[in-house]
Amino acid sequence: MIEVHNISKSYRRDSLEIPVLSNITIDVPEGEFLALMGPSGSGKTTLLNLIAGIDRPDSGSIVVNGTDIATLNESMLATWRSHNVGFIFQFYNLLPVLTAFENVELPLLLTSLSKKERREHVESSLHLVGLGDRMKHYPKQLSGGQEQRVAIARAIVTDPTVLVADEPTGDLDRVSAGEVMTLLDRLNKEFKKTIVMVTHDPRAAEKAHKVMHLDKGELT
Amino acid sequence: MKIPFTYIWRSLWARRLTTALTLGGIALVAFVFAAVLMLSHGVEETLIATGSNDNAIVLRKSANSELVSQIDRDGANILKTFPEVATLPNGKPFASTEVYVIINLSKKGSNDMGNVSVRGISPEALQLRPQVTLLEGRWFTFGTQEILIGKNIAQQFQKCELGREIRFGDASWKIVGYFDGHGTAFDSEIWGDVEQMGAAFGRPVFSSATFRLTSPEAFEAAKLRIQQDPRLASMELKRERDYYEEQSKLMSGFIRILGLVVTVIFSIGAMIGAMITMYAAVANRTVEIGTMRALGFKRRSVLGAFLIESILLSLVGGAIGIALASLMSFIRISTTNFGTFSELAFGFTLAPSVIISTLLFAVLMGIAGGFLPAVRASRLSILNALRSA
Amino acid sequence: MFILKLVLKNTLRHKLRTILTILGISIAVMSFGFLRTIVTAWSAGVESSAANRMIVRHSVSFIFPLPYAYRERISRIPGVTMVSYANWFGGVYKDPADFKNFFPRVAVDAETYFEMYPEFTLPPDQLATFKQERSSCIVGEKIARELGFKIGDAIPIEGDIYPGRWDFVVRGIYKGKDASTDETQMLFHWNYLNERIKELQPGREGNVGWYILRVQNPREMPAIARTVDQEYLNSRAGTKTETEKEFQQSFVSMSSAIIRSLEVVSFIIIGIIMLVLANTIVMAARERTTEYAVLKTIGFSSWHIAGLISGESLLIAGIGGALGLGLTFPVAAGFANMFPTFFPVFNVATLTIFLAALVAAFAGVVAALFPTIRALRMTIADGLRAIG
Repeated sequence: MIEVHNISKSYRRDSLEIPVLSNITIDVPEGEFLALMGPSGSGKTTLLNLIAGIDRPDSGSIVVNGTDIATLNESMLATWRSHNVGFIFQFYNLLPVLTAFENVELPLLLTSLSKKERREHVESSLHLVGLGDRMKHYPKQLSGGQEQRVAIARAIVTDPTVLVADEPTGDLDRVSAGEVMTLLDRLNKEFKKTIVMVTHDPRAAEKAHKVMHLDKGELT
Repeated sequence: MKIPFTYIWRSLWARRLTTALTLGGIALVAFVFAAVLMLSHGVEETLIATGSNDNAIVLRKSANSELVSQIDRDGANILKTFPEVATLPNGKPFASTEVYVIINLSKKGSNDMGNVSVRGISPEALQLRPQVTLLEGRWFTFGTQEILIGKNIAQQFQKCELGREIRFGDASWKIVGYFDGHGTAFDSEIWGDVEQMGAAFGRPVFSSATFRLTSPEAFEAAKLRIQQDPRLASMELKRERDYYEEQSKLMSGFIRILGLVVTVIFSIGAMIGAMITMYAAVANRTVEIGTMRALGFKRRSVLGAFLIESILLSLVGGAIGIALASLMSFIRISTTNFGTFSELAFGFTLAPSVIISTLLFAVLMGIAGGFLPAVRASRLSILNALRSA
Repeated sequence: MFILKLVLKNTLRHKLRTILTILGISIAVMSFGFLRTIVTAWSAGVESSAANRMIVRHSVSFIFPLPYAYRERISRIPGVTMVSYANWFGGVYKDPADFKNFFPRVAVDAETYFEMYPEFTLPPDQLATFKQERSSCIVGEKIARELGFKIGDAIPIEGDIYPGRWDFVVRGIYKGKDASTDETQMLFHWNYLNERIKELQPGREGNVGWYILRVQNPREMPAIARTVDQEYLNSRAGTKTETEKEFQQSFVSMSSAIIRSLEVVSFIIIGIIMLVLANTIVMAARERTTEYAVLKTIGFSSWHIAGLISGESLLIAGIGGALGLGLTFPVAAGFANMFPTFFPVFNVATLTIFLAALVAAFAGVVAALFPTIRALRMTIADGLRAIG
């Protein structure tokens, strides 16, 4: 499903070049739940971003479901993302001026679905994450755990092939974290979603099938 | 504990773009404010400097301008014998009988015509008006058709080179020099021999007579004497300074009111600009404020810090505005005086009072605009502030 | 569309800041409109000039008189269908320091003047009474209203150009034909002025301030002007003949320096508008850097982001501009009321409205420029990391 082949990535800060990833090759089969772990600065978030198509590698190829996204240009990537990736952030990143419903609806606005069809998808997503009764609430009216669940609903509403999560439990208390991980687990087992997750939290990593460690840009 | 100044200064620098934009806005407003004040001063200077308290001018009764005034020769001679009229060392009365007319000249750089004052003077006039000095060339010779051009006219109008001849009143007049009126209304005049001009314009009578009072207090006595003399029934005495001030009252009044309106509007704008920036500053630094308060700084210090920041912004903006405005002192506005229909020039005078007023204005705007935001900053509770991270 | 909804919600996020920005822009737009209205009012006379009228005045300055004797010869010039004349009387009404007391006082040829100026309309019986009564006058409706003149009132004027105490009885009140006609003039008999001056100051009679000509064919105007001026080229009182429009324009040019200054200030105002708006938009965009990155992650394109930023900028500029424009009218009216006769015609021109709207729109676009470019250039990764 996801074939990362020999990718490298370095960042330029002023005139210095800082290598972040060196010759990484990973294979993620369909339906897999992968956890990426490692110390800060190990490059795991960068790898995640590359897989999700929000960053480009300096060299190498990333083939997701048959498409080498390293060859796509900016606008093609955007379209590709909207169909293929659902992103879950550590700090939820919901738009504060939109209700839970409207936040989840966002990715659907890029499709050609009618208003009625969009409503159906949104409602089913929100029900799935257990927030069917909070659709009209604004983010500031929700707890951290609830916000993250709305974010997950947003990530799955377009039925993407891959779910990408960056420290999804990083900002949550133990109970909420547990709820979120249970949800992700369910998405993987019941709905067969391929999930790649970056995390510090060993309890979160427990739910994953496979754990990979990164250190200083290399797999260990 | 006082919040260190470096914090305030660096906060402004950290948000350079916003700071720059706000400074720009304040500077522009300060510029307009200063320019208006400078123009007001310039207008006053022209007025006040033009007339002297030592001189008095005689016009026809209820004539509000030399243009419509007539003084007959006999009357003028009687006037010169008044004890209130000072005497020159050579024994002659210190008085100048003058003829005042208006001619048309073409302006430089456009096809517009402008009205230019032409004054025929007596030899005593040069001493009567010591504020007028020779700029270039030489003084004209009485008894000839030579003339001198005032500084402003030479600058604004075509065909005024030295040596050139201008035609008006059916005669040719040779330009032999320029004179500097030093910012007075005389800068916008052309001077020549009164007898020559009178003849050329077909005027057997004078327009006015100006004389040096024996003392400024002698004015009242002279005025009374004229009123009591039946031969001078048609005449009226004014202080020279008052006369010139009246000439431009309409003009300067209009400029002042316009300036005032513009300034009021702009100052409201400046306040709003400052407010927006300061509110944003507070909002963005909520965590910092909470941290400082947690460290032990009092509410007062927080209020003070934000007020100082606001004042700093407005002071710098005000200074920039003044610097820009000072460039205006190179500009002279030459326009038609509504009162006399002839050309008059105003300059922009950068007096120390203008600088102080503008800075004060800028600071007031800064305080007015920054006050409410600063209050809000000081009212934040420590916990809420830290939590908003 | 969705973008509009999001733009609107974003604007409401910081209500205070948005309100202040709108207020700032509205004040600036109002000043712009106000200053422009002053500038256009100055040239109102030019606009309302008749296409078939010419003015003959003294070649040096219109304040010098022309001999009455010229009338005969001028009226015989082919192409000239009617000749009238007038003198500027001036004088002082009550307290000259009060601006309200200044209005034009003109001595005219009673027989022809109102025919020459058909835009001054009044009932025929009032005109007839005026023509018969030597010491009567006709006043414009605006000045009658401002100063409470009614038919039968005697207006006392203290003469300055023509000294002495003069009283004129109001026998008619004229209305302007349209909004751009001057309704502030007081017109009386030239004959009356001439006779009295003959008594008071012999030698000054027989003088006309300026002649007004009605011309059959406007295209003949340059030729007629040449003919008249040539005729009197070498006389003591040379003439300058020009179209009424040129004549009015020459007054405007007299104050060109002031008008230009006002225009310069208008430009400065535009600059201020942009700075205030840009400041707010820059702040707003910076705060939402992360959100924009999230939207990009979801798949929205850079153009969507640009639309959000520009949309917000244009919305604020639009509301501020509309408010400012609305305020322009009462402010202009207030100013006009302070100086009712200074600017006899003081309207907010259509062009001014259009320009003010353009300025607001332009500001909206420019203010969004910098933050838009920044947002377009920023990579998603940086955007997610950014702290607003």
